[in-house]
Amino acid sequence: MKLTVWTYEGPPHVGAMRVATGMKGLHYVLHAPQGDTYADLLFTMIERRNHRPPVTYTTFQARDLGSDTAHLFKEACREAYERFKPEAIIVGASCTAELIQDDPGGLAETMGLPIPVIPLELPSYQRKENFGADETFFQIVRHLAKPCQKTAQVSCNILGPTALGFRHRDDIEELTTILSDLGVSVNVVAPMGSSPSEIARLGAAHFNVMLYPETSEAACRWLKREFDQPYTTTIPIGVGATQDFIQEVISFTGRLAEVDQDRLRLPWWSRSVDSTYLTGKRVFLFGDATHVKASARIARDEMGFEVVGLGCYNREYARDIRALAKEFGVEPLITDDYLEVESAIEALQPEMILGTQMERHIGKRLGIPCAVISAPVHVQDFPARYSPQVGWEGANVIFDTWIHPLVMGLEEHLLHMFRDDFEFHDEAGASHHGTSGRVATGPSGGASPPEPPRDISEHGKEGHVIWLAAAEKELKKIPFFVRGKARKNTETFASERGVTEISVDTLYEAKAHYAR
Amino acid sequence: MNKPTHIEAGGCRDAPVLKERGQREVFCGLTGIIWLHRKMQDAFFLVVGSRTCAHLLQSAAGVMIFAEPRFGTAIMEEKDLAGLADAHEELDREVAKLLARRPDIKQLFLVGSCPSEVIKIDLSRAAERLTQIHAPHVRVLNYSGSGIETTFTQGEDACLESMVPILPTTEERELLLVGALPDVVEDQAVSLLEALGIGPVRVLPAGRADATPAVGPNTQVALLQPFLGETASALQRRGASIIEAPFPFGEEGTTAWLRAIADIFDVDAETFERVTAAPRARARKAIAAATEHLAGKSIFFFPDSQLEIPLARFLTRECGMEAIEVGAPYIHKGLVGPDMDLLQAGTISEGQDVDLQLDRCRAARPDLTVCGLGLANPLEAEGLATKWAIELVFTPVHFYEQAGDLAGLFARPLRRKAVLQVAS
Repeated sequence: MKLTVWTYEGPPHVGAMRVATGMKGLHYVLHAPQGDTYADLLFTMIERRNHRPPVTYTTFQARDLGSDTAHLFKEACREAYERFKPEAIIVGASCTAELIQDDPGGLAETMGLPIPVIPLELPSYQRKENFGADETFFQIVRHLAKPCQKTAQVSCNILGPTALGFRHRDDIEELTTILSDLGVSVNVVAPMGSSPSEIARLGAAHFNVMLYPETSEAACRWLKREFDQPYTTTIPIGVGATQDFIQEVISFTGRLAEVDQDRLRLPWWSRSVDSTYLTGKRVFLFGDATHVKASARIARDEMGFEVVGLGCYNREYARDIRALAKEFGVEPLITDDYLEVESAIEALQPEMILGTQMERHIGKRLGIPCAVISAPVHVQDFPARYSPQVGWEGANVIFDTWIHPLVMGLEEHLLHMFRDDFEFHDEAGASHHGTSGRVATGPSGGASPPEPPRDISEHGKEGHVIWLAAAEKELKKIPFFVRGKARKNTETFASERGVTEISVDTLYEAKAHYAR
Repeated sequence: MNKPTHIEAGGCRDAPVLKERGQREVFCGLTGIIWLHRKMQDAFFLVVGSRTCAHLLQSAAGVMIFAEPRFGTAIMEEKDLAGLADAHEELDREVAKLLARRPDIKQLFLVGSCPSEVIKIDLSRAAERLTQIHAPHVRVLNYSGSGIETTFTQGEDACLESMVPILPTTEERELLLVGALPDVVEDQAVSLLEALGIGPVRVLPAGRADATPAVGPNTQVALLQPFLGETASALQRRGASIIEAPFPFGEEGTTAWLRAIADIFDVDAETFERVTAAPRARARKAIAAATEHLAGKSIFFFPDSQLEIPLARFLTRECGMEAIEVGAPYIHKGLVGPDMDLLQAGTISEGQDVDLQLDRCRAARPDLTVCGLGLANPLEAEGLATKWAIELVFTPVHFYEQAGDLAGLFARPLRRKAVLQVAS
């Protein structure tokens, strides 16, 4: 057992729902107790879908357990077929139904339905949402895709987008434009927007674009093996990655193409002088492996940030993230426990977090700005406007999204200049930081009596370090958004040298020591 | 109207009920933790369940609330399913860790879930064992919020029922209010009752463990919510009497509810009039403002919280609406009978087969549909105005001062539909 407060991923059958809800003409019969229908609201509320997810829940109750839950399943299956007339159905069990071992797959097969029935085995007590989506999509492809003749024109499939995905809707559009510039037409986008009959002709494409490995890698591997379709492995998020992706596509198509980059603004926005203040901003990254990998590269190479820590919550990609961390010279954090993520952030004191909605809340609590780069999703992650992550427009969107929570260049200087002004009090914070700010009560009176030294350290574990009053006062002059880091560095610096009292000199010696 | 509301002809207590079973689009009882943990400030709710339970709690909680929550899920893993002895050991270890981290916790609820019920983890045994280990500092109780046994608000019923056996005994003639309401509403109820000269007034659940009320043969119980049937039975077994009344929604409901209590406590008509006249007038005025948008409109309730029957009574009698169908997950006539006596509705349904009910709703095309979050946007997309049912259990809606707000909750979707000039 593991005590969990908030989770990054739902159970695997929610992953299966993301696949089914993204598709058309497919129905999911889920053996599940009353209450599991909560998952519908993820789609209708968070994603604002205007249709119910195509899921029939058998809704068994305690009184059914002694008698015949298998009959209940077959009944639900038959009614779902008759009412919704899907082209194919997937059947499976949620965590509770897994325990009663009714074997939905076996039951459905005996019913002789005139459509393909695809059984799902999703171990609820071992695996999670992303696995559920990947495995479900793989099973659908394995059961439905048929060998077929390749299209006359060079074409590809875009694989991986699902319902409830982080910006999947707009990524498809952006990617389709870029592929069109490369002379590649899109055969099928799946699972999102596809029907079982379209899945049947996946084999007509010349290659596959693996857009999100989390939800499509198993299918991509199988299609490569069975239909000899190569697949791209570069995820085109960020300028460099998009250019690499284009090269990868060209290596498949064998024909050079001029890709229109007119819409790409990130490089100039990043080079223009106003962005100088971004240099060396210390950022911490956390999310799903795909978005963290892409964001790390953007952060370092395209924004000029310093990556001080990174990690992911999906263990399936732990190896990739460890390799990435090694490349960046930082410790990888592979965990699905948000308390561990919080303490890592607290220890590193980054100037910015690039994370999920969980890290956004951690950031709020610690007073560190955060931009969201990955699922799990929130209603805010489904903006009305066009807002992709991939391709040229994706790079533009990412630039804007990441600098939005930061204190801007000139503003940073003004804060410094007016740090003693009572209305521009640094504890009031920047206006858009909302929650962390406190209202200053008035100008602090001139000369206050000297205070005795006291322990203001929040991380007092490394020996007892005392801040002398003058040093504490000096510390307060440092802008609030780097003060936490300055305090931590100074204390580390002092304790490493066996210094127990921090004076103004210690503060500046530490500053010089850590100067970049 | 100082006399108890008399039973009028045309009520639906004895009307046939359409009983259905099939797919239910409802929450399970675990969801009650979302409001119970805010109400009981020194309690922690530990669900013994699966990742699905944890995911439900964070999804149902308004997508995510990130205040330090006093609830969590002990997620069972493969090895917990293999051996129950180990599962108990694991649970003890997790509880010890939790209580060490949260010394402010005085009451711990072990909450059973579908998987824990199916593999038969005996949480009552675990609660006894853990109470012994952590006494006297922490009291450990258990109840089931599983979907195989409870629907949505039944979770609160199961939780309060689990507290009844440990309530101290009293011989005092006291009024016990039962149901977890927001403090602001609870305070209003208590001050109205005290103004009527009724007291002392106790409340279950109390905000803190040390304020736990007592119960005994002279305890008079007034329920604040219509879904507390098991708790009511448990209190009756402790000797308490349950006061039958319509539930305190709207001016009429609140007056009838107060009147029933006032009669038991021998409050004279003059006092009753003096105390209730002003708030009754305020409530009527506030309702009238919202009624402008509601009168003559039809309403259709999907089953959700068991509040459907009392709310339909309020909306039809005080706001002039017409109830096409009133669906409830479960109808306890012993509790909602007085409301049913006052209610006229096209169809009363119990249980659910969601696809069939959607067919009926689409055919009826009501002006307003009350339903869960999974159905609201799909119905809106079909041009039907909806009201999210869950808001009715999260928002202060009881008693006189909230009567206008309650009507307003139903009026807002209709007003919004009327003002928007963009077609979808």
